Amino acid sequence: MSDWTPSQHELERRRLRRQLRTRSVAIATVMTVVVFVALGLGITGSPGWASVKELFFSRADAREALPDIWSALWLNIKMFLIAEAFILVFAMLIALARVSRSPWLTPLRLVAVAYTDVVRGIPTILLVYLLAFGMPALRLQGTPNSAFFWATVALIISYSAYVAEVFRSGIQAVHPSQWASAEALGLSRPQTLRHVVVPQAVRRVVPPLLNDFVSLQKDTALASAAGVFEAVFVARDYGNYNFNYTPLVVVSCFFIVLTVPLARLCDGLTARMRRRELAGAL
Amino acid sequence: MRVRRTLAAVAVLPLALAAVACAPESDGGSSAKDPSGSPAATGDACATDALALRTPGQLTIGTDSPAYEPWFVDNDPTNGKGYESAVAYAVAEQLGFSKDQVKWVKVPFNSSYKAGPKDFDFDINQISISEKRARAVDFSDGYYAAGQAVLALKGTKGAEAKSLADLKGLRLAAQTGTTSLTAIRDVIKPDTDPVVFEDTNAAKQALQNDQVDAIVADVPTAFYISSAEIDNSVLVGQFQPEAGEQEEFGLLFEKGSELVPCVNTALGALQDDGTIAQLEQQWLSDAVDVPVLQ
Repeated sequence: MSDWTPSQHELERRRLRRQLRTRSVAIATVMTVVVFVALGLGITGSPGWASVKELFFSRADAREALPDIWSALWLNIKMFLIAEAFILVFAMLIALARVSRSPWLTPLRLVAVAYTDVVRGIPTILLVYLLAFGMPALRLQGTPNSAFFWATVALIISYSAYVAEVFRSGIQAVHPSQWASAEALGLSRPQTLRHVVVPQAVRRVVPPLLNDFVSLQKDTALASAAGVFEAVFVARDYGNYNFNYTPLVVVSCFFIVLTVPLARLCDGLTARMRRRELAGAL
Repeated sequence: MRVRRTLAAVAVLPLALAAVACAPESDGGSSAKDPSGSPAATGDACATDALALRTPGQLTIGTDSPAYEPWFVDNDPTNGKGYESAVAYAVAEQLGFSKDQVKWVKVPFNSSYKAGPKDFDFDINQISISEKRARAVDFSDGYYAAGQAVLALKGTKGAEAKSLADLKGLRLAAQTGTTSLTAIRDVIKPDTDPVVFEDTNAAKQALQNDQVDAIVADVPTAFYISSAEIDNSVLVGQFQPEAGEQEEFGLLFEKGSELVPCVNTALGALQDDGTIAQLEQQWLSDAVDVPVLQ
């Protein structure tokens, strides 16, 4: 065994493979460099680049707007966290109403269908306008007239409808055999939902849920329509006053930074759920 | 191998095309305004047909929509009514354009200063001239010196203010990006942060909903809101935002526009022959009665 050497053929094959690999790495590198350098040159060499650089990437303006944006961002985060908690609960209730079978619950089912249809049809920004300016205008005793409050309510109403549909699709994606087995075990329909179907449904819809969370995070900026001075509005206001868009780039970076950990968290959650689901099976 | 190479070529193609497609277009855009090629460099640079215009033979003027009174009337810039509409037509006439050679375009305030070529020859939209703004766009000389006015509902604590110091404890509102907002921050310095709105409509609603105590706007705007839009409101007073230095509205041009000197000459002539003063009297005169806050 020890005096084995590869045959001429094998060496030839290896050499060829190495050659091909080197070639394709070289092509990939050259192409990548060429494309990105060309893009870079194309952008920086464009006739308008100087003004774009001044208007969108001005260091001085970024530094000046940064502290205000940073402190306003807390408002967005707060709004997001509050809204998210309510949305998860409401959306699940709406989804459950929609998949209910009992004839007693028909009115509830109809309300849930109408709710998702109507609310999803209204642009979120209009809901913000309507609630933040309309509700205080009613002058109802005991209702708050804070724009922050009503903008958050508008987000909750809007996103509950979307997320309800996500939950419903998850519930309906659970295989009928699961229902049948639960029935065979003598579980009632509510019990089946609670212990068998919903847990599986939620696991399935984590990625689309994350999508909606990320959207929600950014849609907190819609509160600006009602005069809530959140991070994006702070950036726009600075820009409108100084005629410079740089703060918008700054605030975009903040939102990306907020989104990435959320995405990783959800990846982690899905992986953990998957491991648990497969435990012992593989 | 062949398939893959084709795929790679196809993948790169759009990028390459985009690069090729972008270049000549923007070159074309800038060469159209190339000073050396335009007749503006020779002879009477401000002759009507020598002007570097967006559309030859036509003066394109931008303003926001809705266009508010008293700057415009009936949200229709083309009727020549309202101070800014009248000034715009006076400038156009001075430059040698007849009324039907003037075309209006809608330009939201926050896109008036976007980079690159503009859709208008100049924009007239109560835009205050500032050094910082002048880095992104060009301004004409001022055509109106704006004071700031405070507006509140009758019988509320906002209406009782007698001085700038009295305003400190109030919830104040103004429109985003305006000198009114900066005046709140720099001159009044209220105890709570000012409430910022997209437009004066939103600020008005908030005032009526008791979400704010008072709003700050340019004197003529505030005057119009109080007299025509909110019945039970009162102008508490007016003040100059920057001590010593008068705030002025200017026409906004694309950076490097060759029209600026010609328009400034036109504005100068209108200033000298009293047209500006007369138009101000005609459309904005009501504003002078408002008490001054110290």
